[in-house]
Amino acid sequence: MTELAIETTGLRKVYGAKVAVTDLTLDVPRGEVFGFLGPNGAGKSTAIKMLLGLVRPTGGSARVLGHAPGHTQTLARIGFLPEHFRFHEWLSAMELLALHGRLYRMDPASCRKRARDVLEMVGLADQADRPLSGYSKGMLQRIGLAQALLHSPELAFFDEPTSALDPFGRRLVRSIIHQVKAQGTTVFLNSHLLGEVEVTCDRVAFIKAGQVLQTLSLQDSLAAKQHLELRVDAVTPALLERVAPLVEEWRFLEDDDAEPASACDAPGAGAAGTPAALELVAAHSQAPLIAQAVLAAGAQLYALAPRRTSLEQLFLDIVGTEDSGQ
Amino acid sequence: MNAVMTLAWLTFQEARRRSMVLVAVVLGAGFLLLFGVGLAAVVHNQATRSGGAGGAVDVIGGGLVFNLLTMAGLYVVHFLAIMLAIVATVDAVSGEIGSHTIQSLVTKPLRRWQVIAGKWLGYVAMLLLFTAALCVGVLLESRFIAGYVPPNPVPGVLLILVQVAVLVSLSLLCGVYASTLANGVILFMLYGLAFIGSWVEQIGTFFQSSATSDIGVISSLLLPVEALWRLAAYLMQPPALQTFNVSPFSLGAVPSAAMVLYAVVYIAVLLLLAMRAFSVRDL
Repeated sequence: MTELAIETTGLRKVYGAKVAVTDLTLDVPRGEVFGFLGPNGAGKSTAIKMLLGLVRPTGGSARVLGHAPGHTQTLARIGFLPEHFRFHEWLSAMELLALHGRLYRMDPASCRKRARDVLEMVGLADQADRPLSGYSKGMLQRIGLAQALLHSPELAFFDEPTSALDPFGRRLVRSIIHQVKAQGTTVFLNSHLLGEVEVTCDRVAFIKAGQVLQTLSLQDSLAAKQHLELRVDAVTPALLERVAPLVEEWRFLEDDDAEPASACDAPGAGAAGTPAALELVAAHSQAPLIAQAVLAAGAQLYALAPRRTSLEQLFLDIVGTEDSGQ
Repeated sequence: MNAVMTLAWLTFQEARRRSMVLVAVVLGAGFLLLFGVGLAAVVHNQATRSGGAGGAVDVIGGGLVFNLLTMAGLYVVHFLAIMLAIVATVDAVSGEIGSHTIQSLVTKPLRRWQVIAGKWLGYVAMLLLFTAALCVGVLLESRFIAGYVPPNPVPGVLLILVQVAVLVSLSLLCGVYASTLANGVILFMLYGLAFIGSWVEQIGTFFQSSATSDIGVISSLLLPVEALWRLAAYLMQPPALQTFNVSPFSLGAVPSAAMVLYAVVYIAVLLLLAMRAFSVRDL
């Protein structure tokens, strides 16, 4: 049995003169929560649609759970939450799940039981008999999530699962992703909300103009560099002279680089207009030595804290800062 | 096969829940009631004129009047069936593509052609049941109120029913490619073309202009609906009229049995094309 849930080679989609996906080459191992990131118009949704067999690729190849995309055998083991989930509004949540259960070829009794469980999971247990016409956008997204997970799929595709959700809903989706991952489900998550990807995904692919720019493991890349933020009353040459030998790299921090929480209690610019904050890259063990060096240089130490590279920074570093406007 | 039945069931449920079934049944019953009242009034009028209650109705004259009335009733049913077939199905595929509802359906373990087959089955079953009920209602009212049964009622009704399936196949095929609005325009325009073409053909035959009647035949091939009605009307005429073949419903040319065969092939081919087109379409 293959260990890869998804593998694609040179997948390409062209609509007339427009190239939606240039060359998508991806491997997603089973059991992983995989984040698919990129600016609007990068081809993320088209890529998901090709993996589901909704859209036929112009070129390249793909295997999903060992079969060609869209194969009925594969679809039976896949759950899909489309970007804007909509369904017949005259159905109630329970009827919708019963219908989808029939399409998944589930046995009616176990489908009913499972339907109650997933409604509970997405927080719609009280609304089971209400028709969808009275649902808010957030509730529709929740019921969409419920139909995607009804048959306990091996692989779940979530296309912007939290776009219509409030903070409660977002937290719920995060917890659901953790739950299904614990059950061994592979999750392919397409999201703009980097904070959410950061806390749920094992690995992310950055995609731009229909091409994967980089794929990386989040834990590694976010922890690889030990960044420290140093805040003092003023950065003097004496201070730099003592600190510089202890670190691999250092740079002045601009105001908009500062972490929002620490920015308010920062002392501001030094007397000579020198920035009072530095970002240092150093081994973790150097931190106490740096603190001593700061004091020895006669500076007032306000903060010396580890600074996380945010996924947003990583995103901008990899994808570039140019806004496509799409 | 299971998925086809599930989708046919869904189609029927949708029509029921969205009150289409209720409205059609209530208005259909209203139509039959009105038709019955009108028929009873004519019977009463004829009985009075021919010398008191229970008096003998003029057999030939009465037969013509009642044939005309029954055919008028069936003509309305045929027209309503066509309109209903267009209105009910025009949004069936394009609407679900537009709202992305289709994405949640076709990513289930089923084959795409099953979605089209299920919808076709659901709509055809529903519309046939409705049309057949109205046809039978009109014929029963003629039989029991006026004591009149037109010749060949069964083939006549079957021909009206075939038209419904023709329109459902065409509507689903166009719905795979066109938007709901464009599909509606296509269906109504083609029907208009077939309607006018059918008259052109009859006039051409009447005046023995083969070029004119060819235009009519071609329009009937595009949408074999009016031609089927004319054949039905011809079959249900009293024998006396069939000899001359002039009535408000059919005049001159009588479509051949080949047209029926053509219509059946048309239904099957368009349905297959719709299933194929939907299977390869990007959604």
